[in-house]
Amino acid sequence: MSLLSTHGLLAGYGDMRALHGIDFAVDPGETVALIGANGAGKSTLLRAIMGLLPVAAEMVQFDGKPVGGTAPHRMVQSGVAIVPEGRRLFSGMTVEENLRVASEHAAAPHNTPWTQERVYDLFPILREKARTPVENLSGGQQQMVSIGRGLLAQPRVLLCDEISLGLAPRVVREIYAALPQVTAQGTALVLVEQDVGLAKQASQRLYCLLEGRVTLEGQSSDISRDDISAAYFGASHALD
Amino acid sequence: MHWIEGIVQGVLLGGLYAQYALGMALMFGVMKIVNVTHGDLVILLALIGISFADFAGIGPWSVLVTLVPIGAAIGWLLQRAILNRVVGDDPLPSLIATFGLSIALQNAMLVVWSADTRSLPGGGIQQASVEIGPLFVGVLPVIVLVCATLLTGGLDAVLRFTRYGRSLRAASADVEAAAMVGVNPKAVYATATAIAVGILGFAATFQAMRSTVAPADGPFMLIYAFEAVIIGGLGSVWGAFTGAMILGISQAIGFRISPGFGILAGHLVFLAVLAIRPQGIFQRKS
Ligand SMILES: Nc1ncnc2c1ncn2[C@@H]1O[C@H](COP(=O)(O)OP(=O)(O)O)[C@@H](O)[C@H]1O
Ligand SMILES: [Mg+2]
Repeated sequence: MSLLSTHGLLAGYGDMRALHGIDFAVDPGETVALIGANGAGKSTLLRAIMGLLPVAAEMVQFDGKPVGGTAPHRMVQSGVAIVPEGRRLFSGMTVEENLRVASEHAAAPHNTPWTQERVYDLFPILREKARTPVENLSGGQQQMVSIGRGLLAQPRVLLCDEISLGLAPRVVREIYAALPQVTAQGTALVLVEQDVGLAKQASQRLYCLLEGRVTLEGQSSDISRDDISAAYFGASHALD
Repeated sequence: MHWIEGIVQGVLLGGLYAQYALGMALMFGVMKIVNVTHGDLVILLALIGISFADFAGIGPWSVLVTLVPIGAAIGWLLQRAILNRVVGDDPLPSLIATFGLSIALQNAMLVVWSADTRSLPGGGIQQASVEIGPLFVGVLPVIVLVCATLLTGGLDAVLRFTRYGRSLRAASADVEAAAMVGVNPKAVYATATAIAVGILGFAATFQAMRSTVAPADGPFMLIYAFEAVIIGGLGSVWGAFTGAMILGISQAIGFRISPGFGILAGHLVFLAVLAIRPQGIFQRKS
C-alpha cells in the first residue's frame, strides 16, 4: 500500500477547476517527480494534498486513512510537510527562529529525528547565518531554510515545489545532493520540478501533468524524451 | 514649570492609554483586525469589576486580579465564536461584525447597569500623591504607568522569546506558511485575543478607579487606543506604548493651553502623524 495517494482528485479555485481527477501515489523512501508546463496544476496538487484547498476526504489517503480536506497544521502533525512554491519564509525572523517554529510544531519523529544541527550539517552555510534575518539571505540560502523547515516538521512525506527555481546551477546541485539523505531514512519525496532532466535524474518515478490531468506516468529511467515532450506539450492530445 | 508638569501629566495619562493600545496593536499585528468592541470591553470589564467589588466587598487589587482572567476568557470566546469566522485578507467582514457587536454590547450594558456613571472605590489611593522635586505626582497614575511599562515589556518578551511568540510572529508574517509548518492559526488568534482583552482587565480597573465609567464611554477608549497604535506604528508593542505617551502628552499640553483643547490636541497630533508619516513614527517603510 502507498504511503500517500490521491484518487480521482478534484480541486480548484472557486468555480475554476484546476485538477480533473488525479491518481497519484508515493511509497516510503521513494522519490517521485512531478513535471508539467506552467499552469498544469502541479502546485495545486500539492496544495490540495496539504489541505490548503477544499477536497473530499476519500480523494487523499495517507497511511491508509482518508485525509482529504484536513487542515494543513493537522497534516503536518500526521507527517506530511511541504516546501512551498516561493519559499514563504517568515520575514522579520532569523534563520534559527524560522527553523524553530517548525520544530516546535512538528510531527512525532518516525525515524532518526531531524534536528537543527542535522539541518546545519546538511546546509553548513545556514549555521553561519543562524542569526541573520531571512530577508537578508540569498535565494539559495532562503531555499535551504525552507527545506530545513520542511525537514524539521519530521515528515514521512515531503512535498517540494520547484526548489530549484531561480537558483544558480551550483546551488541547485548542492541542494539536490542533499536529498538522498532525506530519503535514506524512509521519508518519501515528491519533487515538483521545471527542469525535466533534473527531475528524471533525481527520481525513481515520474508523473507529467497537463491542464489538470496526468498525461504520463512511469519509471523515470524508462521514459524517453519523446514521451515526455508529448505528455508535456499535449502533442498526443492534439492528434486524437 | 507649567510645561514640565504638563509633560509629566501626559506621560502618566499615556500609561493608561498604553493599556488600551497594547491589545489592539497585538490583534492588528497578527490578524489585521481592528476590533471595534475594544473600548466597550474596557467598560464591560469595569462595570463587572465595580459590581463585583460592591457585591463581594473586595478592594481594587482583588478586582484587578479577577478581571484579568475574566477578560482573557471573554477574549478567547470572542475570537472562537465570532472573529475566527470573519478574519481573513479582507478587513471589512471583521470591521462590520465588531461594529455590530459594539452597538449590541453598549445596549446590553445599558440594560444591565443603566446609564449612570460609576466608579471603583480605591480606598484613598486616588487622592494620594508624592512630592518629586518641585512636582506633586499622583500615586495611582504612577502605578498605572509602571504597570503599563511592565505589560509592554512582558508582552514584548513573550513575542520574542517564547514558543507562542514565535508562532504568533510566524503567523503575522505569513499565516498560510505558518499553517504549513504545523501552527494552528485559529489557536494562535484565540490566544492573542485572550491576551489583548486580558490586558484590558488592567485598563478597566484603573479607568474605574481614576475616573468614572458609563455604558456609552467605550468609543472614546477605542479612539485613544486606535490613535496610539497609529501614531506608534501598526503592530509593534513598544510603538503602541510610545504612541500612547505621545497622545497623552499632546492631550495634557493641549489642556494646559485651554481646557477645551486637550482632547482635540490629541486628535490633531494623530492626524498630523497620519498625514506626514502614515506608517507611524516607529515603523520603517516596507
Ligand atoms: N490562487 C489561484 N486562484 C485562481 N486560480 C489559480 C490560483 N492558483 C493557480 N490557479 C490556476 O490553476 C491552474 C493550475 O495552477 P498551478 O497549480 O499553480 O500550476 P503549476 O504549479 O503547475 O504551474 C492554472 O490555470 C492557474 O492559473
Ligand atoms: Mg507551481
